[in-house]
Amino acid sequence: MRYEVPETVDAAVALLAAANGSARILAGGTDLLVQLRAGLVEPDVVVDIKKISQTRQVTAQDGGFRVGAAVTGAELDEHPDLKKNWPGVVEAAELIGSTQVQGRATMGGNLCNASPAADSVPALIAAAATCQIAGPDGERTVPVESICTGPGKTILGTGEFVVSLILPARPPHSGDAYLRFIPRTEMDIAVVGVGVSLTLDGAGQCIAARVGLGAVAATALLVTEAADALVGTAVDEGAVEKMQQAVRAACRPIDDKRGTIAYRTQVSGVLAGRACRIALERAGEH
Amino acid sequence: MARNHVTTTINGDPVEFLCDTEQTLLDVLRDELHLTGSKEGCASGDCGACSVTMDGRLVCACLVLAVETQGAEVETIEGMADGDRLHPLQQKFLDHAALQCGVCTPGFLVAAKSLLERNPDPTESEVRYWLAGNLCRCTGYDKIVRAVLDTAAEMRE
Ligand SMILES: Cc1cc2nc3c(=O)[nH]c(=O)nc-3n(C[C@H](O)[C@H](O)[C@H](O)COP(=O)(O)OP(=O)(O)OC[C@H]3O[C@@H](n4cnc5c(N)ncnc54)[C@H](O)[C@@H]3O)c2cc1C
Ligand code: FES
Ligand code: FES
Repeated sequence: MRYEVPETVDAAVALLAAANGSARILAGGTDLLVQLRAGLVEPDVVVDIKKISQTRQVTAQDGGFRVGAAVTGAELDEHPDLKKNWPGVVEAAELIGSTQVQGRATMGGNLCNASPAADSVPALIAAAATCQIAGPDGERTVPVESICTGPGKTILGTGEFVVSLILPARPPHSGDAYLRFIPRTEMDIAVVGVGVSLTLDGAGQCIAARVGLGAVAATALLVTEAADALVGTAVDEGAVEKMQQAVRAACRPIDDKRGTIAYRTQVSGVLAGRACRIALERAGEH
Repeated sequence: MARNHVTTTINGDPVEFLCDTEQTLLDVLRDELHLTGSKEGCASGDCGACSVTMDGRLVCACLVLAVETQGAEVETIEGMADGDRLHPLQQKFLDHAALQCGVCTPGFLVAAKSLLERNPDPTESEVRYWLAGNLCRCTGYDKIVRAVLDTAAEMRE
């Protein structure tokens, strides 16, 4: 197994394209190294993207942010502006693993590993984040909810990788939040994860909403019916209840030791309600 | 297969080694450089026994490829005491009997040092969250948490 550490996006794309499918991208390695050790993946070449400056920076862009795909959770936590604007996204990324894991884990890796339970993904979906993807045919921009196609599977073609995640400008009177349920308080895999982002008008009516749902289907989901239940309301209890019903209706969970289908479905609604109330409170503050 | 030639700094000393791409930083520390203070509890990021800092960031050495340390500054448990003089955390771990078998101890010490460098006055809950990635099968954690809080209090004086 070869190790390559390109310093430009083009050099990374060339290496990935030349490897013709036998390359693996290395960001923080907190998924990849575990998979390598377990023999689940056997690449000929590992392409470390952390020396490409674009993947390591958080920059302001169009009123929002461009977050390099290889920025770590610990670094996100140290970015007050990002936290203030997208607290739900940052708190979701911060839930990933321990302090040690936070020192390495990235949102790009969390997304591209394509685990249905990845914590940052429902929050990114709720935030309407998009991915800037580089590849042999140039760049393309794809919404986060379209990246994963199933457990461990993404739309990324040979030679492609995610350079950055783009968080849009945060309109006034808006807020986001992410909650997950795990049986412990730290270091566990989500049984359910829900991200909610909403925007109010000056009078407190909801004018836009997005709900991202994780760990209850083969990929994280954008639940438009849940968002529709909130838009045009004052996010009163009736509207929240309709939103919760829509969330439960969207669940296609598996039955396993972490939770039965009935349990995950029930909990997804509960968490969606709580995340919605936090997002609403935050929207009132901005 | 050509091995990777790596030049790095470990506990302030320049170090050079050859490694296979598969080898983790923990493999190289223990098996090639004979720095066996960092322990392998799980090799999957779950236990924290292999905690080291890399460019000032607390990480699991089992989740870093050794070749990634090219040009980096790595600090391990071996760099913690100053000659025969124990670091205050090491002394407090002894005073509080915060270890039994000792396998988790290097990881806890490295992690706790990294916490106190960032936050000299942590609450108990901050200590517990910071150390959530360090597992101990013996002590029940309480003595470890007391030792860290006591060290913090003493170091602030
Ligand atoms: C102890 C422990 C606890 C954990 N806890 C959690 C948790 O609570 N919640 C959670 O969601 N996850 C958790 N994880 C999983 C993991 O830490 C996260 O998924 C993390 O975000 C992965 O990021 P990374 O940078 O380390 O990815 P890597 O391991 O570097 O990469 C992951 C995968 O994505 C690919 N990839 C990485 N970056 C890109 C890119 N920019 N473009 C294209 N492909 C790319 C890699 O080739 C690889 O297949 C945990 C892991 C450990 C070891
Ligand atoms: S050996 Fe590295 S975390 Fe357990
Ligand atoms: S003292 Fe034995 S594992 Fe902690």
